[in-house]
Order: sequence, then C-alpha cells, then structure tokens
Amino acid sequence: MAIDAATVRKVAKLARIAEPEERIEPLARELNGILTWIEMLNEVDTDGIEPMTSVVHQGLPMREDVVTEGGDPAKVLANAPKAAKDFFVVPKVVE
Amino acid sequence: MSDLTKLTLKSALEGLESKAFSSVELTRAHIEAVESARALNAYVLETPDKALAMAQASDARRAQGQAGALDGAPLGIKDLFCTEGVRSTACSKILGDFKPTYESSVTANLWRDGAVMLGKLNMDEFAMGSSNETSAFGPVINPWRGAGETTPLTPGGSSGGSAAAVAAQLCLGATATDTGGSIRQPAALTGTVGIKPTYGRCSRWGVVAFASSLDQAGPIARTVEDAALLLTSMAGHDPRDSTSLDVATPDFASFVGKSVKGMRVGIPKEYRVDGMPAEIEQLWEQGIAWLKEAGCEIVEVSLPHTKYALPAYYIVAPAEASSNLARYDGMRYGLRVDGANLTETYEQTRAAGFGEEVKRRILIGTYVLSAGYYDAYYLKAQKVRQRIADDFDQAFERVDALLTPTAPSAAFPLGENADDPVAMYLNDIFTVTVNLAGLPGMSVPAGIDARGLPLGLQLIGRALDEGSLFSLGGVIEQAAGFTARPDRWW
Repeated sequence: MAIDAATVRKVAKLARIAEPEERIEPLARELNGILTWIEMLNEVDTDGIEPMTSVVHQGLPMREDVVTEGGDPAKVLANAPKAAKDFFVVPKVVE
Repeated sequence: MSDLTKLTLKSALEGLESKAFSSVELTRAHIEAVESARALNAYVLETPDKALAMAQASDARRAQGQAGALDGAPLGIKDLFCTEGVRSTACSKILGDFKPTYESSVTANLWRDGAVMLGKLNMDEFAMGSSNETSAFGPVINPWRGAGETTPLTPGGSSGGSAAAVAAQLCLGATATDTGGSIRQPAALTGTVGIKPTYGRCSRWGVVAFASSLDQAGPIARTVEDAALLLTSMAGHDPRDSTSLDVATPDFASFVGKSVKGMRVGIPKEYRVDGMPAEIEQLWEQGIAWLKEAGCEIVEVSLPHTKYALPAYYIVAPAEASSNLARYDGMRYGLRVDGANLTETYEQTRAAGFGEEVKRRILIGTYVLSAGYYDAYYLKAQKVRQRIADDFDQAFERVDALLTPTAPSAAFPLGENADDPVAMYLNDIFTVTVNLAGLPGMSVPAGIDARGLPLGLQLIGRALDEGSLFSLGGVIEQAAGFTARPDRWW
C-alpha cells in the first residue's frame, strides 16, 4: 500500500490542503515511513473482535428536543472573516 | 522574585484564608514572575488586567465569607481551552485572532470556584506534538537544564507551556489536555505532577477538538494534593458533552495521604523496552520498593498488546483529527486566504493556516479513512484498540493499579527529533495505551538523573478510580522527597 506522488496529490485534494509541488515527494516519503511502521498491526489477531466504538460504557443521553441556546447572530458572526447584516459572506458557490 | 510564587496551591489557599496576603498580592507576584520569564515562551497571551480584576473580585468575596474552593488562586490556561473574550488559538495560525464568545466548561468550573486567570499557555499546534515545537508561537523552553549546560531542552508536549509555567513558578497550577500523553509526558520532563482523568470526567465542551474519543482535560501542578484540588474543580457532569460521565466528583484531595497498605500494584513486563536508559529502569525499581515499603503487594502482569498501541493511535487520532479539523475552512472564523474560487479558497486557507505536523496528520487521517482503505486501517486499529482495553481489563482483575515509567527519556534538546516523525511519536510509548482504553493515568516526579534532569513515574488506574492514583501518587511523592527546582537562568 505504498503511497506515491499521485496518492499524495489525491489525498491533499480530498483534505482541501494546497501542497506545493516541492512538498509532494517529501510527503510521500514521510507518510510511507509512518504507514510502514503502522503495518505492524497486521501481526495482531483480531478475528472475532468487535471494533471499539467508545470507551464510555453508557448510552447516549437523551434530552427534550427544544432550543437551548441561540438567537444571537452577533455572537455567531463575531469572528467571521467577512460578514454582512446577519450573514457570513463566502465566495460564490454557484455560477 | 517574591516568595508568594514559591507556595503550593494548597498553602496559598491557606494563606488567603488566614489573610496572610490578599489575592491581589498573590496575583501581582505571579504577574511579575510571568513578565520576567518571557525567555521561556510559556505564555502566548498574558492577561494581567483580567487577572487583577478577578483577584479584586476574589478578595471581595472572601471578605464577605463567600470564598470558593480555589478562590483567589492564579492559574495558567492551556490555549486549547476557549476563554470568553480572550484570544484562543490552539497555537495555530488558522485560528488567527479568534476570540470565543463562550467559555469552556472546565475553565468555567475553575472560575465558579474563584480561580484567577493569568493568561494562555503555549502548546503544540492543536495539541499535536511531544516537544512543543509545532506551536505557531515557537517552542517553550524547559526551565530545567542539564547541570553545567546551556542547551535549551524541550518541556515536552503538547502541554509544554502548562508544565514549564508550573515548574518555573509562573502560576500555582495549570490546565492541560492529554490525547496520547500530553499531560503526563511534559509533567515528567519538568518535575511536575500531571493527571489525565478517566475519559468523560472532564467536559470537552469548549476545548478545541483534536481526537474526540481520546481527548481529556486534566491539571498540571507542583504537588499531588494540588493536582487533586484542581481536578476536583475541573471535573463534573456537563450535559453539553454527550460523552461526559453523569457521576459524582469525589473530593480527590481526601485520597492524598490515605494508607495504601494491601493495595495490589501491577508491573507490566511489556513496558521494559529495549534501549530504555538505565536510570529510568532504576527509578522504576525504586518506585516498586517505595510502594512495597508502604505495604503494597507487587504483582507482575502482562499487557501483551502494548507495542501495538502507538501504531493504532496513529490511525485513530489522525482519522479523528482529519474529521475534526475539517471545520477550519476560512468561512466562519479564523484565517481566510482568498483563492480563485471556493475550493481554492479552502485549499489556500488550510495550506497557509496549518503547520507541517498538523498537515501530515490530516493527510494520514484522510488517507486511512479514504475509500478502499477504511477496513485495512481504521477498522483494524479499532479492533486492536479493543484488544488493548481487554488487556487492561484482565490486569485489573488481579491488581488495583499499575506502575510504569512515564516517558522513555528525560527532557531532550529542542530540534532533536525534528526530522523523524516516528522517533518523536515514540515519546508517548508508555502513555498512549491509557488514552486508547479511556483510563486515568498520573505522572509523579520521582527523581533526577545524573545530569540533574527530572524523571517521572506513571500510575494507571481502573476507570473512575483516580482516588487510588492520588493515594499511591502521594506515597511516591513523599518517599521520593522530590523538592528539586530548576535553577533560575531566565
């Protein structure tokens, strides 16, 4: 499952991180180093083992389906890079 | 520097109660200490005005007989905790000048009990690192140096600012977080006490998320009792975190000083790793001897999947991180770098905002979760994680707690593992198992090595049994008589 330059480009695209061309080969080497080390997990017999989903042995709590907080657009927008009236301003999505 | 910064949290609270000094005096002494220690780079934001206002309010409360459990005690807050109106960045450029409009539950609990905030503490970016070198604000310098040396050493990470500030007496205690060892490893490297409680003890609400199934908040302090006082305040059920445990918080300080006679303590043989420094091996033997003298029964136990914990962690944690950090898209808060279209804006923002280690982990996480690889990596890791948790369950049928070293070495020079991510990851070899199983773990300073650098021992307990750790930690602390402090060079 070696990672080549094409895989790094694909994964970077999926992760929405622009990686400059000169970083692609070094990243492939770094990620390969980490994943090769991780492959020792294949030594572990996990037949019949259920994958862990939570270390907390309690059910998810339920609550009334009511609004608890909100109604404060000024707070929501306080850190927006760009805002107008009560909205976030974002680049055009639909041509 | 004033003697007020040399006090333990416990003795400072007693001094406040007996009116030996006021919170304003205590806080001012700490503000001066912080200002004169900028060479350590422990604080990324100092909030002296806020601290003095909180101290004045505390003195007023105490005058009216309404003082809380931590009233008037100046603390440092890891920059991973959102603090209302006070810049919170997780030491990442991507959060820019983010000023939360809300307060994390853990810090809200501390303020409810009267504590005073001195400022925000440095850390590895998004808590990803073991040396504090991934911080956008530059590394923290460990107040400890080798005897006769001037080489700057790491305080460990990710809570390096918290550990350094406590060790250098720049606060009476600090908040920290631990995803793979980020409380315990820096505590060990700075001669301080750090506890990661059971997963779910402390609310994660308002704590910037790294790997949600592993992240837990806890304190770093100068004594076991101080850590107990802080954790008692920080912990508690919070309906805003669905994984927060709905259980009562004990008075953890009441466990410190309790007899440990008859307690069974396990020594996991798999923690004797190749290449471990002889001094750490000897310290471990010393710890065993101390606990025996205190009446503990020592039992050899086996945790056969220990060596698979780190590789499993480096699937689970990056996978969760890649998902959690998807929120940094430049639209709602933090940095935005405009591109030619929406996708390019995302890509440019994230390229400029994240550091190299964070990017590396996002890419690993994205890869292991991508189509065709999910079963081979993520599912496999979660199965191995279950086997690691089963190992602990079996061990805890025979013993009440485990004793291990905290870290595989003392503090190392900054830059030492910079080119080798896997070598850096190995710092967490003894701590990461505890996160995968959700158990409590504590690091206690137990000795110094030949170069004069502190070393720590780790205690691991059953879920929700932090009490035993405070009792055993108190025994080790007393037996070790660890009073060494770094010589002030900064």
